Amino acid sequence: MTTAERTGAPSTTIETPVLQVRDLSVAFTTESGTVSAVDRVSLDLAPGEIVGMVGESGCGKSVTAMSIGGLLPDSARVTGSVRLQGTELVGTRESVLRRVRGKDIAYIFQEPMTSLNPVLTIGRQIAEVLQVHERMSRRAARARAVELLSLVGIPSAATRVDNYPHQLSGGMRQRVMIAMAVACGPKVLVADEPTTALDVTVQAGILQVLRDLRDRLGTTILVITHDLGVIADIADRVVVMYAGRVVERAPVTDLFAFPYHRYTAGLLSASPTPGVHAGTQRLQEIPGLVPVLSAQPDACTFADRCPAADERCREAAPPLEAVRPALTEHVAACWHPCPTPRTRPEETIA
Amino acid sequence: MTSQEYALELSDLVMHFGAVRAVDGVSLAIPRGRVTALVGESGSGKSTVGRCVVRLVEPTAGTVRIAGADVTHLSRRQLRRHRSDVSIVFQDPAGSLDPRMLVGDIVAEPLRLSGRRISRRDRDARVATELGRVGLRAEVARRYPHELSGGQRQRVSIARALISEPMLLIADEPTSALDVSVQASVLNLLADLQRDIGFACLFITHDLSAVEYLADDIAVMYLGQLVEKGSREQIFARPGHPYTQALLSAAPVADPERQRQRQQVLLGDDLPTALDPPSGCRFRTRCPLAFDRCATEVPAQVEYGDGMAACHLVQPDGTRPDVRAADTNEVVS
Repeated sequence: MTTAERTGAPSTTIETPVLQVRDLSVAFTTESGTVSAVDRVSLDLAPGEIVGMVGESGCGKSVTAMSIGGLLPDSARVTGSVRLQGTELVGTRESVLRRVRGKDIAYIFQEPMTSLNPVLTIGRQIAEVLQVHERMSRRAARARAVELLSLVGIPSAATRVDNYPHQLSGGMRQRVMIAMAVACGPKVLVADEPTTALDVTVQAGILQVLRDLRDRLGTTILVITHDLGVIADIADRVVVMYAGRVVERAPVTDLFAFPYHRYTAGLLSASPTPGVHAGTQRLQEIPGLVPVLSAQPDACTFADRCPAADERCREAAPPLEAVRPALTEHVAACWHPCPTPRTRPEETIA
Repeated sequence: MTSQEYALELSDLVMHFGAVRAVDGVSLAIPRGRVTALVGESGSGKSTVGRCVVRLVEPTAGTVRIAGADVTHLSRRQLRRHRSDVSIVFQDPAGSLDPRMLVGDIVAEPLRLSGRRISRRDRDARVATELGRVGLRAEVARRYPHELSGGQRQRVSIARALISEPMLLIADEPTSALDVSVQASVLNLLADLQRDIGFACLFITHDLSAVEYLADDIAVMYLGQLVEKGSREQIFARPGHPYTQALLSAAPVADPERQRQRQQVLLGDDLPTALDPPSGCRFRTRCPLAFDRCATEVPAQVEYGDGMAACHLVQPDGTRPDVRAADTNEVVS
């Protein structure tokens, strides 16, 4: 990539994003006052892209995912903008949203068993989606259900289609959920911790299915996870969230090789990695706890746990911007970004 | 090594729940002061092994020896003498701490159960020391579990487990419910305490990356049986059993360049159940290298390196299969 001729121009892909999130904020009213869960999150998903959103519990990643499809309860106050191929979704009537969900945006969640109806065969459940959204006949829907099951790698799909959820393993159930989610050919698939409840040997297969969907159908996928290993495996770009805010956003290899935000760097070195820690080294810890915020403060929310924090971090929230002007796709919200360990090849060219 | 030198010895441990053969002949010995990780996926029976050791359940067959003493069929009363030798830390600290008890009382509970008389002041001092050891302030003793974070609650569980100075600690997925940054601090704490105090530990987990950092030895379980045992170095560098190899290959590494270059072994995800385990080798239904003999003959535990592997393709001379070669049909034998 040559960066010389692109000075100042935004380097995001020229294609129009499928999904455009701008300044999305979510607050909940609780007994003990207002809690700010998501604070001015902006995000673009380009067609056919797999974006990973990573963070620990309470960082707002799942709430962000739910608010995209309007899945939050009424107690949530959602502001900002979510545009799906140009159509605004925030504040849209529920009847319109219901058409969008399932057809244009589909979801899969952590626990497939609770999302499936135990008294209907998986074939009936997939067919139902097609009958409702695509007005297919029962017979056509069933035939399509079999196709979808083999698409997601379920062996002998023609007989499996008559199974009940309890007859399937956890991994198979998650494949069924994916088949149901992609039944109407959604533009965007939101996968919220899709492999967290599964064993690693099963997880590898599910991640493979998601990658196949993108490659074969061009589905745009937002993967929400706490697991950096999953991100490293599947994501093209990564969004790191902390205490309701996006703290860093970068292409996947850049993020792991050169994390700028101190929180990202902390997360990376806290994750045990085979072959790295091998008995002798200690894992790095991030001291302190994630704050629960009644209002988003005008400060860096990570300052209290950050080794590099100073006065400035406690007085003003750092903007999310490129740390190196030449690398516009790698942005971080940090006043004192980590020093880059070695010269980046891109910069020597530029 | 005499029996006294092992903190824990399991021989042919069997635990059946009705028709479910949760644990089906597990033999394992942990020398004093060493950490053995018991690794397996859900349904492998690894947690049941831990529950047999602390006698939350009475094994169907086989023996459990703690510090040389057979505790397999002791009554609750008889067990009390051995209770202080072994402690357990569970995965979910919220579920294993009584919400109506103060942290101080929770931590002191094992002292009360030991039956030895101890003054209030001594008790409080012991609790304060123990809380300090796990990195909590002494004031925490006057709090309730719900006032603490997940990581702090797990520290309380560890303090409670260690106050009786056990020779053996069973840690059943102690960090699986915690966030990455908190998990790191709890793993560090366990490693430090183990080094300082020198208790033996059976560390039960599904997460191989966590054990590379903690364990001396690793035992791998599949559907109620051990498929491989060995030193940590050997298991990571030269895993013998195809299942161990698949497990290592499936765990993603947090490094995109390395992760995307790795050759992954994809196993089918139709898992057999412990209700009706496959004949012969239990892993054969998912093993990319399975052949006729695997269905008819149960593989013997073959000496392999510094441990053992139960696979027809592993030989005592160090020959081992390679699951990654499965696609090319070139089986190393």
